[in-house]
Amino acid sequence: MNKKRMMFIRMIAASLVRRRSRMIIALLSIVVGGTILSGLGMIYYDVPRQMSSQFRSYGANIIITPSKDSFIEDDDLLSGLSFFPQEELEGYTPYRYENTSVHNMPVTLAGIDFDSVQKTSPYWRINGGRPTSDGEALVGAKVAERLGISAGDDISAVNSFEVTDDMDISKIPDYEMYTSPDTGEQFCDHELSLKVTGILQTGGSEEEYIYVSLSDVADLALTDRGYDIVEVSVAATQDRLSSYIETINSNVFNISAKLVKRVTASESTVLTKLQSLVFIVTAVVLVLTMICVATTMTAVIAERRREIGLRKALGAYNSSIVGQFLTEGLVLGAIGGILGSILGYVFAQIVSQNVFGSSIMFRPVLIPITIAASVLVTGIACLIPIKSAVEVDPALVLKGE
Amino acid sequence: MSLLELKNISKIYGGLKALDNVSLRIEKGEWIAIMGPSGSGKSTMMNIVGALDKPTSGEVIFDGRDISKESNKRLTELHRDKIGLVFQQFHLINYLNAVENVMVAQYYHSMPDEKEALEALERVGLAERARHLPSQLSGGEQQRVCIARALINSPELILADEPTGNLDEANENIVLEIFRQLHKEGTSLIVVTHDPEVGEEAQRIVRLEHGKVISDQKNELFKG
Ligand SMILES: Nc1ncnc2c1ncn2[C@@H]1O[C@H](COP(=O)(O)OP(=O)(O)O)[C@@H](O)[C@H]1O
Ligand SMILES: [Mg+2]
Repeated sequence: MNKKRMMFIRMIAASLVRRRSRMIIALLSIVVGGTILSGLGMIYYDVPRQMSSQFRSYGANIIITPSKDSFIEDDDLLSGLSFFPQEELEGYTPYRYENTSVHNMPVTLAGIDFDSVQKTSPYWRINGGRPTSDGEALVGAKVAERLGISAGDDISAVNSFEVTDDMDISKIPDYEMYTSPDTGEQFCDHELSLKVTGILQTGGSEEEYIYVSLSDVADLALTDRGYDIVEVSVAATQDRLSSYIETINSNVFNISAKLVKRVTASESTVLTKLQSLVFIVTAVVLVLTMICVATTMTAVIAERRREIGLRKALGAYNSSIVGQFLTEGLVLGAIGGILGSILGYVFAQIVSQNVFGSSIMFRPVLIPITIAASVLVTGIACLIPIKSAVEVDPALVLKGE
Repeated sequence: MSLLELKNISKIYGGLKALDNVSLRIEKGEWIAIMGPSGSGKSTMMNIVGALDKPTSGEVIFDGRDISKESNKRLTELHRDKIGLVFQQFHLINYLNAVENVMVAQYYHSMPDEKEALEALERVGLAERARHLPSQLSGGEQQRVCIARALINSPELILADEPTGNLDEANENIVLEIFRQLHKEGTSLIVVTHDPEVGEEAQRIVRLEHGKVISDQKNELFKG
């Protein structure tokens, strides 16, 4: 390396190292910018991955209903489900609804399996606990509010039915019979005692039900029958889902499957919106970084006017002044970019853990991108301050009494 | 041929005539003191001679070429190559150590050479202090670094604007001794001062007042 270049490097290094307390301010803003750029960049790239697993875990994307005015029987359901490849079928939850009254108010009871519902409705937020055995209930928030129920309460669901001649009411363990004063018909009340383990919050119609186990519903209704609806969660693309549905509908006559458009279709719009949000935030942060660096560099150059004047008096060309300050800026940009891309990964990881609850994938390609962007932003930010450096008049700054 | 000739130089700031039709001829190897009260135009004149500034009117002839109106950068640089500048405020770069400050002058002139730069520091008695930053040096030491920087490229002319203005007696003597040495070696010196003791070291004393030369005399006390 020639001596001139060595001296150049020596001057730049001395300026950065021996003036570090000044340089640190500029460096700090570049690091912050780089961190946010690489962090958001990583999130930007990872959002589709995160979201699709998120949306897949948004559960049910197919619902099965009875094709006629009846119920879904187990064997029809199983033959329908057999059309999904084993590895794509994430879970399914049959629902059986029964009308009952709780605290003398009509409420619909939904019998489900509390384990499988976690697969098909993972977005359920439960205040309290999830029922783990028969005799326990999960109460929708709207119902809970209307009836003044809270977690830990004991409630009883009452099934009132008309006693008909062909009914053997002696099988009912705790019946209570009465005659309607108006019609003279005979009624029987059957009661189910339930312990409320938690309150369900979804923000949707799910809050209108009380959930119990399938066997509790059957107990209360005193009848065994099929399901009203089955929610199915399948990990497949929209196209494949449609073809599965077609197959099921043309092969299993008693049930009818259809796509739940609500979640799957909105997936891509949410994605685009999220990504453009990330994009805008990143752009804003880069502009702010640029302003910050430009401000700091302006101060740095104002403070070094005498040095610039002196260099000119010693014969420095304008280009050599530009070269010196631009190099200082670009080196800062590169250091900031390196630190930023490392911190950005940490930042993205923290955000991802907190927002998506899963760890982010490290994208090595973001390191050169972050460094290049930091260098570019710093370079642009330096242009105006450096222009003022070139305009320094040595006669003015060196003259002093 | 004279080293330098100022012909009818004027420098006007707004309505103020900092230099008013000044003419001056300086021979090779001459040691001239420029004296005058504050505001008389001494620094303005030095800046014009040193090609840091251009006169409003008049000619500056250096080595036979008029550099005053010359927009040609190259000519200005040629001129600057032959001049070493010494400042009252030293103007050292604060993040470079003594030898690096000297090397900066080499860097813009030709080729940095640490050995030569160290020799220049040795010449001003600062070999021991070569690795010190300006903030670790006394005023006198800083001025000697400034002088080492001025003479590193072997200039024909040294321009010193109040070189002892910020120094105590002892350091003033060290600086004057260096000037005497340079003069003996044939370097031309123009030293601006308002200290009579410093002025009387020169061969010739030019006095300025209100931007005009009011006297230009051989110095009878010159000991050279
Ligand atoms: N850049 C400038 N703009 C306006 N006036 C100036 C400028 N430089 C010097 N002057 C004025 O010119 C006169 C001569 O200044 P200067 O050469 O610095 O004097 P000296 O060095 O003899 O003290 C002073 O009145 C000063 O105020
Ligand atoms: Mg002055």
